[in-house]
Amino acid sequence: MSTVESTATEVQVTPRRGDPEITPELVDDHGLSESEYELILRIMGRTPTFTELGVFSAMWSEHCGYKNSKRLLSLLPTEAPWVIQGPGENAGVIDVGDGYALAFKIESHNHPSAVEPYQGAATGVGGILRDIFTMGARPVAILDSLRFGDLDTGRVRYLFSGVVSGVGDYGNCVGIPNIGGEVAFDRGYEGNPIVNAMCLGLMKREELITASASGVGNSLMTVGARTGRDGIHGATFASEELSEDSDESSRPRVQVGDPFTEKLLLEASLELIASGAITGIQDMGAAGITSSAAEMAGRAGNGVEIDMSRVPVREPDMTPYEILLSESQERMLVVAEKGREQDVRTILEKWELEAVEIGEVTDDGCFRILEAEVVVANIPALPLTDGCPTYEREGIEAEEVTALRDMDLSEHLIPTGDLSKTFLLLLGSPNVASKRWIYHQYDTTVRTATAVRPGGDAGVIRIRGTSRAIAATTDCNGRLVYLEPRTGAMIAVAEAARNLVCVGALPTAITNNLNFGNPLKPHIYYEFREAVLGMRDACTAFETPVTGGNVSFYNETDGRAIYPTPVIGMVGVIEDVERITPQSFQKQGDQVILLGENTDEIGGSEYLYATAKVVAGAPPQVDLEAERQLQQAVLTMIREGHVVSAHDCSEGGLACALAECALGDGESPFGVEVTLDDPLPAVSALFAESQGRIVISCRPDKGQDILAIAEDHGVPAQVIGSVTGPGDPFRMRVANGSVESDLADMAEAYFESISRIMNAPASSGV
Amino acid sequence: MKVAVVTFPGSNCDYDLYKAAQQVGADVDFVWHRERGLDEYDAVLLPGGFSYGDYLRAGAIARMSPVMEDVVTFAGRGGPVLGICNGFQILCEAGLLPGALIRNAGLSFESKDVLLRVEQPDTQFTSEYAEGQLLRVPIAHGEGNYEADAETLERVEAEGRVVFRYVDASGEVTAAANPNGSRNSIAGITNESGNVLGMMPHPERAMEAVLGSTDGIGVFTSLAASLSAVAS
Repeated sequence: MSTVESTATEVQVTPRRGDPEITPELVDDHGLSESEYELILRIMGRTPTFTELGVFSAMWSEHCGYKNSKRLLSLLPTEAPWVIQGPGENAGVIDVGDGYALAFKIESHNHPSAVEPYQGAATGVGGILRDIFTMGARPVAILDSLRFGDLDTGRVRYLFSGVVSGVGDYGNCVGIPNIGGEVAFDRGYEGNPIVNAMCLGLMKREELITASASGVGNSLMTVGARTGRDGIHGATFASEELSEDSDESSRPRVQVGDPFTEKLLLEASLELIASGAITGIQDMGAAGITSSAAEMAGRAGNGVEIDMSRVPVREPDMTPYEILLSESQERMLVVAEKGREQDVRTILEKWELEAVEIGEVTDDGCFRILEAEVVVANIPALPLTDGCPTYEREGIEAEEVTALRDMDLSEHLIPTGDLSKTFLLLLGSPNVASKRWIYHQYDTTVRTATAVRPGGDAGVIRIRGTSRAIAATTDCNGRLVYLEPRTGAMIAVAEAARNLVCVGALPTAITNNLNFGNPLKPHIYYEFREAVLGMRDACTAFETPVTGGNVSFYNETDGRAIYPTPVIGMVGVIEDVERITPQSFQKQGDQVILLGENTDEIGGSEYLYATAKVVAGAPPQVDLEAERQLQQAVLTMIREGHVVSAHDCSEGGLACALAECALGDGESPFGVEVTLDDPLPAVSALFAESQGRIVISCRPDKGQDILAIAEDHGVPAQVIGSVTGPGDPFRMRVANGSVESDLADMAEAYFESISRIMNAPASSGV
Repeated sequence: MKVAVVTFPGSNCDYDLYKAAQQVGADVDFVWHRERGLDEYDAVLLPGGFSYGDYLRAGAIARMSPVMEDVVTFAGRGGPVLGICNGFQILCEAGLLPGALIRNAGLSFESKDVLLRVEQPDTQFTSEYAEGQLLRVPIAHGEGNYEADAETLERVEAEGRVVFRYVDASGEVTAAANPNGSRNSIAGITNESGNVLGMMPHPERAMEAVLGSTDGIGVFTSLAASLSAVAS
């Protein structure tokens, strides 16, 4: 590093006229601590200019530098024979067979969505699409994982409908099907909605390209939209807590999306990659040109020199500081082979976009910024990208959480009224109810590859020209993570895996989006550490390595953090599209079999929240080895052709899982007749969210085969009843009670609930 | 059968349409909106998507693309032209079809399967269907609410130019089965001479059982049959 440092000091760097003086306050405003600033002084060997300070601020922000998460994240398993690209690139890449590779990643846009839900969510989708197509993969599916407060205030409904429109409009316009995701409502997310978007892209293995600035003398070109003043310091903004006045004052830090330009950029980028005219390409996402250029230089071990006066801008008089830190959307940085710049321009012109040379790759390891002839920033690239200090913080569980977990829940095991009414209440709870109101606003069938649409356990897209398909899901129950982070995180991974096996897919790898509060607070850091450890254990047990993801800290408003929400985006491979298994019952007379064990663990359940607004108790325990055996058993049953339908049990317990199997998509429902003998309180038998359970249906003559496979895997299994006719009721008898309901009443509660809430006047708020 | 799939900046169902035409044996080319000349083709297909981001108004900018002059000429000579979704919007904007497609009555994007009733099997695009046949086909649009003045509506109805209508499972026209508020539940119409069809639903997305429906195939087999009849 000493040679790099000396190079940095040899170049004459000129502060710009009008730049503010570097003071401790200014350093603090840039989110840099005293010790971090001292490190900057050592790296630079002099006082940084205002422009340089801005660059460090962005690159060493939590968002770009992962300073409070990196050490723990290094504990996660990241390798497997099928992993082609692990963490550190724009997206992870795995081998999915038949010569195809799958790029996939999840990313958050929580802070912008809290302030401007439509644009915040839309640009979140835009950013994740670019992360995928910059790997050389064509985006083929989107999933979205959303969290909001309870839908009873106007403010929350505004955020919810704005986010859904934003996610929908952007993906619809670009033409990428949305195949699933999840949404949860709980007052724990009231001030801080969670908006995570995941994208999957397919390519032939040899089409993979990475984001690195290789080849000294190659040209750096900016392609796509022009740079404006929007989103300046977005990365730093994303690394702060929100306060009541964040609303108005932060709006200019939110970017504005243009999906039409994105679509052109997508096509142009894939054409550029195919042309061989470029050696690297990266989205200008968080921290704009700064991070894309610095990271590309850092990965290649090279330097870059960029002239700000050549960057096409939308508004006059932008300073290098502003251009460097703008997060204007739909822009990319490409490294063009020397002499092939015109080829790049020709391709971009076809798509009615601009490509402009703004600098070149150098061999001196410096991130150098010019304004015409004048050097305004000169920073060693490697310390900028890799030198961000990382911290391990103190982590202590909050006493409040310990108390909640230890709370005596026995009074809640006594039914407060008619269990059949409670059943309908739960079916209509927005956390359980059909999310049709959302996904009917998303194009789910464009690209003619969607074999399983949103609404089931996992979305499935087939790979044209092969017999294969990819399944994907996102999962996390934040309440369970809140009550016991390590268990909650394991449950998130286990549920994701169960969702995939239910459609017939082998769980293969994950991307994660870790949404937490302020990590400087010991109880938040505790949640984070425990959740990472839980994820590590589960991913190791299931052989689903982590290939990348995103950390979003500071999800707090006025000092109150969200539930810790480590969203798991999991992908799996289906070898034969003919074996894709539906969630719902298909035929009258089929047997209904429950795999796994019922328990009386009602802690953290939707039952408690929907009936008493209580979030308490210990989450259900999870046995990773038993989960793995269950996954393998179900995959074997499906592969051998025994299974007609399969569905995971989660929110709302076994009763709601059976209801979903019975209702299907509402067009051809079936009745069901089920009896459980387990000696449990009725509430637990019906609504507890015990882990490791899957409901399957099969032809009556296949029941024995299924029970035999379950036994081979040591998975508890019992025939609990049978599928009845479309005119028959839903009937579930348990040891100490029963539920009976007409399908029409259930359909009304389940399918109409969210749209009814969204169309009703709000009880409070704006 | 040689078929052109015309693509505009922002088209996103171009590839789906290409594959659908190929599935019925067509020799398919993409024709970029700035290219000229459609003489070598037997049929012209306008795909769905968001040409020019639907900015200004869906289809309003695309209809001024250079290739549209050729599409108008091609249609004028009686060549079959099929516009789906955004393609339908462009055909209306270009004046090849009457009426307009405005924002869905519910004001939000609607993406789901609908049921269509075949009203007019006597076209180059529907000859393989029976009159009254019900088709399950996806829709995905925000501006698919077919609107025309009373006189135009009366004329297209009287002339049997309504090809598809949104209906319920029993084949009845109902308000609940109309996903976007279209006048007379119209999902697809032809021009006067019947060689230009515009429709909001996506038959090209209903071509394979694994994707949920094969009911859209008839549109493409009908076209293939009519062209081979012309050729022989």
